[in-house]
Amino acid sequence: MSIEARLIKRFPGDRESEPFELNVRFQAGPGITVLLGPSGAGKTLTLNCLAGFARPDDGRILVNNELYFDAGTNVYLPPQRRRCGYIFQDHALFPHMTIRENLRFAAAVAPLDKAGRLNRHRRINELLETFELSDLAARKPAQLSGGQKQRAALARVLAGEPRVLLLDEPTRGLEARLRRAFYEVIRKTRERLNAPLLLVTHDLEECFELADTVFLMARGHFLQSGPREAVLARPATTDLARSLGVYNVIEAEISALDPARNTSHLRVLNQDIDGPYLPGHLIGDRGFLCVRQAEMKVLSPYASGVQNQLTLRVLGSSPSSHGVRLTFEHDVVAIISEREYDKLRGADTLRIEVPRSAVYFIGNG
Amino acid sequence: MATSDPLDWFPLWLSLRVASIATLLVVIAGTFAAYLLSHKTFRGKNLIDSLITLPLVLPPTVLGYYLLVLIGRASPLGRLYEILFGQPLVFTWQAAVIAAMLHSAPLFIKAARPVLEAVDYRYEWAARSLGASEWSTFWRITLPLSRQGLGSLAALTFARSLGDFGVTIMVAGNIPGRTQTLSVAIYDAVESGNGRLARVLVLIVSGVALALLWPAAHVLRTGRSHT
Repeated sequence: MSIEARLIKRFPGDRESEPFELNVRFQAGPGITVLLGPSGAGKTLTLNCLAGFARPDDGRILVNNELYFDAGTNVYLPPQRRRCGYIFQDHALFPHMTIRENLRFAAAVAPLDKAGRLNRHRRINELLETFELSDLAARKPAQLSGGQKQRAALARVLAGEPRVLLLDEPTRGLEARLRRAFYEVIRKTRERLNAPLLLVTHDLEECFELADTVFLMARGHFLQSGPREAVLARPATTDLARSLGVYNVIEAEISALDPARNTSHLRVLNQDIDGPYLPGHLIGDRGFLCVRQAEMKVLSPYASGVQNQLTLRVLGSSPSSHGVRLTFEHDVVAIISEREYDKLRGADTLRIEVPRSAVYFIGNG
Repeated sequence: MATSDPLDWFPLWLSLRVASIATLLVVIAGTFAAYLLSHKTFRGKNLIDSLITLPLVLPPTVLGYYLLVLIGRASPLGRLYEILFGQPLVFTWQAAVIAAMLHSAPLFIKAARPVLEAVDYRYEWAARSLGASEWSTFWRITLPLSRQGLGSLAALTFARSLGDFGVTIMVAGNIPGRTQTLSVAIYDAVESGNGRLARVLVLIVSGVALALLWPAAHVLRTGRSHT
């Protein structure tokens, strides 16, 4: 089960909108692939092209070796023959049908094989059971809560045995507790569905939670892609690191490199930081030190025996969901607990420890 | 003479029959036309839209004239009808149905288009991506979701079909007991000084129209509330 797609779609732009070009190429196998990017990046457009609601100007779409779209040979499968389970932003459960009728509709119109048709009834009951909807089956969507609608939309899509699952910002508007519950449901779905699951979001946390593979997207293009850890721990550019919102990006210059001992030495704000060897860089290279906010330790200026530290002037503090958010000169941000903050309160300058393992350098250019 | 009898209810029954049939045909064909206009892009869409609006602005005599040319005994359509049914179409009550349709269809199509457009496209997309054909999507999603709006429009269409005068008198004439509809009968009654009959018929037409429009206006104002 896999998707292979190359999509090019141009919008010339007019008085109200800038010209826009979607130009992406990707492959996705079973598991959760997240398209992460700000609104206007072309994420939903990508899903619409796959589902057959937007026709690319150029490119091709191949799902399980079946051609859905090919600009060269003028192949264009209509949406109803693509078997893309599409979860829309506001669920799009049919308001005039009960939940059971919604599922029945899906099972009735899906191009299932004979066995699938015979098992239809049992499958629907099974899905209602799995998604904890059995007691709600006779209700109309309007009588359901946000989380219940979410589960019903997933169950409906699965009733048609889709080849691909497309989810467009599925947790938008859900409160934190329901989000967590939905992540569980998505993970459960991944287990039972041997198909690619493409999820669009602008929410970094959601991406951390769910993604196996990440495509970072902006202005119609992919900026970086790969397994989640690789993309999130090793952003390719400082722009990406900044857009992820969890990195401190500080100007730096490499002053020493030793591959034999796996060490490097960085000059950062006229202070010294040691790190692991930085392959592909030379002594004298200028660039940026990128450190995740969560990996930095903030210490009092009187702490002793601390290696690898920067002394920085404190500009301010503000409460955050994980404790206190401290801002320093050079746009450096650290997040510490209330208790730590109590000990450090009132200091003009603080020392920040950058663990050696957290050192990540992005060169200029 | 039938018209000299003030209790001749024939024009009322004829009008109800003509309006019922016209409404039925207009709702079926008009819903289809409105669907094409609201959901499809094709060449000449604006031209067709203008042609549909035209009967709303042209004088009834002009429309009647066109109809006479189109379905008169000398026209191909008129001759075909005569061969099929053994009688001419013009100056029959069936011609009054066509006149009523011409009178009410533009209104229905114009108003049905936004009703169908107001159905959230995501419901239709959801149905399509689940595997439903365009036809079953229309039948099971779009139509049920716009049922209330279209129902009110059907009432409006019926009321309007009841009221045509100009085109009817041009193509169906004023044959008492055969093609004389309510509005024509009123004209006739006034002309012949039968004030009592005119008053009764006028009140009936006004009453029926109001009885239809009142509930329809309520639904059209509150929208097709499907929550």
